This record gives sequence, C-alpha cells and structure tokens, in this order.
Amino acid sequence: MSSWWSWEHAIGALPTLLDGFKITLLATVLGTLIALVLGLIVAIIRRSAPSIVSAPVTGVVEFVRMTPLVVQLVFANLVLSPYVDSTLAIGIWVLGIHYTTYMAEVYRAGIDAVPTGQWEAATALSLPRSRTWRAVIVPQAIRNTLPALGNYAISMFKETPFFFVIYIPEMVRNAQTYGGDTFRYTEAITLAGLIFLAASYPTSLLIRRLEKKLA
Amino acid sequence: MDGVIGFFADLGPNFQLLLDRSPQIIEGVRVTVLATVLGALLALLIAFVFGIAQLSKAAVVRWVARIFVEFFRGTSLVVQLFWLFFVLPQLPYPLGFRLDPLLVAVLALGLNYGAYAAEVVRGSINSVPKGQYEALSALSISPARGMVRVIIPQAWALMIPSLSNLWIQLLKGSAIVGSITLYDLFFQVEQVRDRTGTWFAYLFALLAYFLIAWVIVVIMNALEVRAKHSIGRGPALREAWRSLFRPPGGKTAEGGLA
Amino acid sequence: MPENTPHLEFRDVTKSFGGNTVLNDLNFTVGTGERVTLIGPSGSGKTTILRLVMTLEELTGGYIDLGGNPLQYEERGGRRMRVPDRQRRRTTQQVGMVFQHFNLFPNMTVMENIVEAPIHVMGLKKAEAEAKAEALLDKVGMAWKKDARPSQLSGGQQQRVAIARALAMDPEVLLLDEVTSALDPEQVGEVLAVLQDIAAETDISMLIVTHEMQFARDVSDRVMMFDQGSIVEEGEPDKIFSDPSHQRTQDFLRAVL
Repeated sequence: MSSWWSWEHAIGALPTLLDGFKITLLATVLGTLIALVLGLIVAIIRRSAPSIVSAPVTGVVEFVRMTPLVVQLVFANLVLSPYVDSTLAIGIWVLGIHYTTYMAEVYRAGIDAVPTGQWEAATALSLPRSRTWRAVIVPQAIRNTLPALGNYAISMFKETPFFFVIYIPEMVRNAQTYGGDTFRYTEAITLAGLIFLAASYPTSLLIRRLEKKLA
Repeated sequence: MDGVIGFFADLGPNFQLLLDRSPQIIEGVRVTVLATVLGALLALLIAFVFGIAQLSKAAVVRWVARIFVEFFRGTSLVVQLFWLFFVLPQLPYPLGFRLDPLLVAVLALGLNYGAYAAEVVRGSINSVPKGQYEALSALSISPARGMVRVIIPQAWALMIPSLSNLWIQLLKGSAIVGSITLYDLFFQVEQVRDRTGTWFAYLFALLAYFLIAWVIVVIMNALEVRAKHSIGRGPALREAWRSLFRPPGGKTAEGGLA
Repeated sequence: MPENTPHLEFRDVTKSFGGNTVLNDLNFTVGTGERVTLIGPSGSGKTTILRLVMTLEELTGGYIDLGGNPLQYEERGGRRMRVPDRQRRRTTQQVGMVFQHFNLFPNMTVMENIVEAPIHVMGLKKAEAEAKAEALLDKVGMAWKKDARPSQLSGGQQQRVAIARALAMDPEVLLLDEVTSALDPEQVGEVLAVLQDIAAETDISMLIVTHEMQFARDVSDRVMMFDQGSIVEEGEPDKIFSDPSHQRTQDFLRAVL
C-alpha cells in the first residue's frame, strides 16, 4: 500500500455505496412506518385490552425487545425464505417489528403523560371509548412522543447495516463487498461511515430543535 | 426434519446434541458475556468522561467532547466494527495495526454505546435540581467536589434506567461480532443449526440472549433501587427485591438513543 | 444599632434577564451586624438581590462590595473588571444562604450535610466539625435527627437543618430567601423561632426576604420596601409598618397584613 487513501477507490466505490444507501433509506422509511402503526396498536392493546390478551402481548414484546435483531433477522429469513421472494421485505418487517416494541413503549409513556383529567372530561361528556382514544388521547400522546419517535427512526437508520447478515445489499454490505473484491477496505467503509454521519447528524439536530419547541 | 413439527418431534435428540456441543456453546456464552461486560465498562468510562466534558466551562473541551459524541453516535456500530477490523490494519505504518477481534468488538461496542450513554450522563446531570448547585455555591464547595459528592450521586439514580436499556442494546449489538471472526454465542449456535433444524437452534439462541438480558435487567434494577435509597427515595434493597424483576421498558432519558 | 460601618454595599446595581430589567440602578448599604428585611410584591427583585450577593446571578451593571472587597466586579483603572472565580469564592465564603426549598443534599445524612463544607472548605478536622455541628443542631432542635436523611424530615425540620448548615460556615452575612414560603403553616413557627434566637444571640448581618411581616418587624433593624426594581421607601420597622409614607407601601401592607 503506497498511500492510505486512494481517490480512485473512493470514486470507484461510490456508485455501489449509493445503490446501497437507497436500500438503507427504503428500509428506514418502511420500517419506521411499520413500527409507528404496530407500536400504537400494541400500546392501545396493552392499555385497554383484558389481561388475557394484554399479558401475552406484553410477554412477546419484552422477548422481542430483549433479543438481538441480528438473530431475529437470520431466523426469520431462514423460516420465511421458502415463502417470501424478497429478502429485503423480510428484513424490513423484522426491523419494523423489532422497533415496534420500542415505539409501543414510547406511545405508552405518551399516553400516560396525558393528564387523567382528560379521560375524566371525556367520560363526563359521555364520549364513547373509541372516540376518546381517537379525538382526545392519541392526538395529545403523539405530540408528547414525536421527539422520541424521531430518535428511534434515526436509530433504525443506523441499524440497517445489520441487514448484512441476510445478504441484503445495503450500503455497509456493499462497502464490505467492494473491499473484499479490491482488497481496499479503507475508502469504501470510511465513506459509508461518513454518509451515515452526514445523514443522521442533521436529522438528530432537527429532532433536538423539535424537542425544545415542544417542551 | 425442519419446521415447527420437526421442532417438537426432534426435541429430545436436539437437546442431546446441544449437550454434546455444550463446551462450544459455553465458550460462545463466555465470549458474548466478556464482550458485553468489557464493552459496557468502556462505554461507562467514555460516558462519564465525555458526558461531563460537555458541561465544562472551557469551550474547547466542550466542543471536542461534542464532536466525539456526535461522531460515534452518527456513524453506526457496524461501520465502526468493520472499520476497526478491516480498515485499521490497512492503514500505513505507524497508523495501521491489527487488533485482536475481541478488542475490536469491545472498542466498537464501547465507543458506540458510550457515545449514547454520554448523552444520558449529560442529561441526568442537567436534571439534578438547580437548588443543589446553588446550595453548593452558597457553601463555597468547589465545583469538582460538589460534582463528585452531591451531583453525581443524584444523577446516577436518574441515569440507571437509560443505561440499563443501553446495556441491553449493547448485548444485542454484540451478536454481529461473528462477522469479525469473534466466535460468540450466536456464531456457536449457528454451527449446530444444520443438525438441529432452524427452529430449535434459533429459539435456543433467542432464549439464551433473553436470559443474559434479564441478568442485566436485575443487576441494573438492583443498582437503581440502591441509588434511589441512598438519596432517600424508595425502600432499601432487601425490602424491594421483588421489584428487581420488573422489565425496564423502553425508557430513553435525555438522548438515550439516536 | 451597630450600623456604623457598611458591611455590604450596593453601588449602581443593575440586573436584567434578557431584555427585562429587574433591578435598576440600586444603591444601599447594610451595616455590620445589621438586619435588613426586603418587602414588596413578588417579582419586585428582592430575591434577585440575595442571589446577586451569593453570586448565583451575574451582575449586569454596577458593583457589590462585601467588607470592602469587590464581590463580582471591581473598578480598576477606570474599567469594570470581572473578579476571578477563585477570589469570588473566597469572598462569598463569608456569606451564608438559606433557601426557600432548603436544598439539602438528599444523598447525605443531616450530619454529613452540615460537616461537608466545614471539613472540605474551611479545613476543619472531622471531630471538630462534628462537635460544632452537634452544637448547632442542638440550637435548632434537630440533634436527635442527626443520622436521618433529609427525605425523612418534615419541611420545617429540613429548613432548621439548612439553617444549621449555613451557620456552620461562620458566615458574617446570612441571606434568608423566603425561608418559610415552602412550609406548611403549622411548621412556620418553629423555623421563625429558631431564626429569632439566632438573631438575638449572634451579631451576624442579615439580609432577609420574607412575607412574614410580624417576623420582619421583630428581627429587623431596617425595612426596605421594593417595587419594580427600586427602593420605594425604607426605615425602621415600626415606622414602615405603622406609618408608611408612600402610597405603594400602604397598598402593599394593606394587601398582606
């Protein structure tokens, strides 16, 4: 190795990195959507369903949250690949479900933070329960939780490289492949890191500002 | 045989197989626990140094700490792991050198989660009531001593739930170290997969991680009860042992994640 | 009245938060051993005055001197210079403060709260500091709780410990910032009684912010009525409370008495 940094390799790796970045972004966006929707459903079930339903849900949620995403990815891929063509789809669903367990917790905290007076007022107005949830509780809870939800979205973004264990060609996997093919890891992996930094830092600044604004 | 049916049909022989392979499995557990504990200790050290440095009066210190934290939070664990493993040895002398895979894992886990934890430390110190700082000032107690004797003991109680979650995340993150030739629990379980079938091997792996995570939860809950008791909130440890087994929830105090 | 030498001197003091001026060109002195009470509507800047003396707030303009030494800023060569932190700490060592919300350290026992600064700031030996703490706790009637944690005490008890903690530093000036405002009504008396004893037995200068007008009348040498950041009128307590000359003072006293 004559010089430690080769612009030739940096430019050479860029197309495959950007291809990978598209997958990273897609996985983040779809995974976040899944987690946002399922997380809310789980939170409401845990809050209002009878314990015969909510207890097992709680158990599964704890189990999923406290076990590695990597193991879940490989497991789901082996079990599902005979039935599902797209490994990426499997990866996105596993990522989304893994983060559902975190988002559910965020929603729960947000729901708990809505003052009991709001529930009492809704009862005093004889609002039906579903209407209370939709019109009174959820809008306030979501406002409380926006920053935390945003932080988890960034966190998912930074965990998409775990997809490499099921051979999804996201950015870091592509960087590693490029390194393996050319015997030059420096440029590809360094660039991958910098792209992550460039994308996640401004987003986290944005969320911090949102936090201050909502506080 | 594979699938759910195979899982039950082969349960007996599979356990036998697992027992035969127990030396390897135990070695895997040892590596996972070692990486998780050493990584957490490094992360804790980094968290306190860079969390407190961000509150320094000197702007230079503050900025260096800020850049460090943002850098290691922002560049993704996997990238850091691969960088230390693949890139570092390729750098020219005297910058480049090859590290032991365990050291790579501990460094990457410690730096990445330490950067997150630094935010937790910073946030918790900031949440200690202002009156405490004012009382220290009124008694002319030096900032350094006040930090050690008064502020950190109170901040510690506040930060434990978030640190507990980060430690579990560190454990989960450690499951990728197989890719840098560190043969951890997950790697060892994968070696028996083609013999036991997918369901058995992976449910075992998940359960094993779950149990390790619970040990972390119990340790951290105990620390939290103790810390709270020491600042006069909540019962002593021996009266509150039941609460040690409650799950941590997804608490993310100041900057717990992202 | 020992009002001969100025112990604490405010010169042209101005304090603003953002664009909001709370103290405007304030001038007054507190004599050695004098007890001065600040009264007036909330938001009139009384507490800010105490916090400036304790250097918990930074002066916007002007000077405060303590025993002839500059506290936050000094005039040197015609320029207003900031006093270095170490020198500030040395000067403020002579000042003690009791807070509205006590601010005891929850991770320490009552005894540890009191001996912390004497040992580590004044350099007293542990046994010495503890004997002194014991005596002070006795004086405030809290010796029987010396091994308790603050969280095990009532508000009134915590405040009495906080008073002992402040006195353990042998302050020459004691700042009392609404020390009974956070207490349940039945606990106010015990705290005021302790303070009255201390006022009678020592010659510590005191600057007091309180809403307890009877207490102000009993312990003060001088009362200053504040409104919107300036002194409306000042005088001996009997004069201010029975025959205030200013309309604002009359209105205020009518509202609180």
